Amino acid sequence: MSPALLVFALVGTVAVAASILVVAMRNPVHSALFLLLTFLCVAVLFVMKDAEFVGAVQVLVYAGGIMVLFLFVVMLINVRHLPDERVLSNFWKGGFAVGLAVFILFFTLVRPGVYHDPVSSDKALRSTYTYRHRKVKQPDGTVVRKLIRRGKVVGNSEAVGMALYTDYLVPFEVASLFLLVAMIGAIVIGKRELSAIEEENVPAYMLERVETEHAVKGGMGA
Amino acid sequence: MTQDLLLRYLIWPLVKFLVAFIIVQVIVAAMNWVERRLLGLMQARLGPNRVGREFGIPWGLAQIVADPIKFILKEDIVPSSSEKVAYFLGPMLPLIPAFLVFCLIPYGPPPTFVVTHVNVGLLLILALTSTGVYGIILGGWASNNKYSLMGGLRSAAQMVSYEVPFGLSIVGVLMLCGSFDLVHIINYQADHIWNLFPQLIAAFIFLVAMNAENNRTPFDLPEAESELVAGYHTEYSAMKFAFFMLAEYSSMMVNCCLMVSLFFGGWTMAINGYGLTTGVLRGMGLLGGILGALIFITKVMVFMLMYIWFRATFPRFRFDQLMDLGWKWMIPLALANIAVTAIVVLLGDQFDFQGEVVLSIAGAAIIVFTLILLLRPRAKVTHARRVSEA
Repeated sequence: MSPALLVFALVGTVAVAASILVVAMRNPVHSALFLLLTFLCVAVLFVMKDAEFVGAVQVLVYAGGIMVLFLFVVMLINVRHLPDERVLSNFWKGGFAVGLAVFILFFTLVRPGVYHDPVSSDKALRSTYTYRHRKVKQPDGTVVRKLIRRGKVVGNSEAVGMALYTDYLVPFEVASLFLLVAMIGAIVIGKRELSAIEEENVPAYMLERVETEHAVKGGMGA
Repeated sequence: MTQDLLLRYLIWPLVKFLVAFIIVQVIVAAMNWVERRLLGLMQARLGPNRVGREFGIPWGLAQIVADPIKFILKEDIVPSSSEKVAYFLGPMLPLIPAFLVFCLIPYGPPPTFVVTHVNVGLLLILALTSTGVYGIILGGWASNNKYSLMGGLRSAAQMVSYEVPFGLSIVGVLMLCGSFDLVHIINYQADHIWNLFPQLIAAFIFLVAMNAENNRTPFDLPEAESELVAGYHTEYSAMKFAFFMLAEYSSMMVNCCLMVSLFFGGWTMAINGYGLTTGVLRGMGLLGGILGALIFITKVMVFMLMYIWFRATFPRFRFDQLMDLGWKWMIPLALANIAVTAIVVLLGDQFDFQGEVVLSIAGAAIIVFTLILLLRPRAKVTHARRVSEA
């Protein structure tokens, strides 16, 4: 068994086991920790596939940013002990169906050769491509202008950067726009003024606290 | 063949890592004493100056050994209502990335003084240090104490917020040097100019953000004594508490190493290719390597002392002020820096001039302008006038 396969088997097993434990754990904080372990294992798998940029970004963004916010929310709502009776939620059949569908989708559609040229060598993930119009002589003697793609082996970070800002510029920018809209939406929902009925239901101590804060801030500004 | 590979990719890096690790940890252990003595000096008091006097050890230096012994021998109290798994994970999790990062930092001219040469080294360091927050947030939550929880939550918010300007301030450097590889970045600075000058604003943002990342004064809100007792480590005692301190000082060290590598030329002492460049140091053999490593450590220590200087100088921020500074000032400033750098670099490529020169002149102009503002003669404000203004 080659060392690479050994590492893959080890890390892959841990990743799958940890992702099962994410849904199996009763304490949400423990679930979050296993999700963190899954992210780290997936990052290792990325590095093993010669995609070290994606691996590092996986740790930086998911482990360093998003999981922290997850933990933050879990701690703020402070759900320590969930009721013990149920093992599966009411929606387990639907959830299982969706999971199966996504699995089949990934298994059948997202493969080399479906969306792009089959990966011919292990250099593919660290190559940038330049396109150029060239005059090509056809077999029958006519000269045709053709788009020629030329690969150049660089690091994985350069390859990802070139791909994101040339071939996939529009999807990339659209995705970032979506994120921006979601962020603004969250702020709008979180920051909106309360209606009269809602304001009646706010506990008195919270209103008092807001007023004191305003008073303190006003005092400092003057 | 296999033995060669094993020696080259496993044994040697491990040996080098061990040496670097031990040296760094000795410095970290000594920093505790240095910090207390230096704070004493700055506050016109003595600091720890007694331990070891009986054995003829001067300046209380034995404090460095006495503190760890005390930590190990103290009773380890675990709160009965704590969440056990997370409580034990809390002090351990931040140690792993804080120790691991030291195998990615180039201490001297390659190949002897570089432990591992990773082409996305900088990104990997950022990724690893960003996971350091887990210990604090888990420890704070697991202690089952409101003060600890508040400290943990504050710290999570603070570290996630300041990671953004921290990362953005590096982008300008990356655009100038064109690589994630720290060795390449350092060589580039030796051949041109320290990135401090073309990336003055980025260096400033990096300095502020690294203070906030390490929860050091003036951003030490997660452990603000006057409001949170001791913050996230209120319920930790003995060696577990020492682990938190060890992780904090280790990551301070990492950030100082990054600062030196990114903005202050790492182990080189050269400008425009003249002086102690990597080539010159390599020509001097092992001696040159040690000289390079000494230059690196000296520069790092300057920034470690700067942390302490800040602690003695600045009062603590309020939490909303901290967030305002991060989101409303640091991030827009970093974004503006990226835009300006990108434009200058692109124009430099197009019209064939060196972008660094233009940016350095701009940086120098900022320094001069600040100095003029700071040193200009000011009219004396009497106490009476101040009162009337208010």
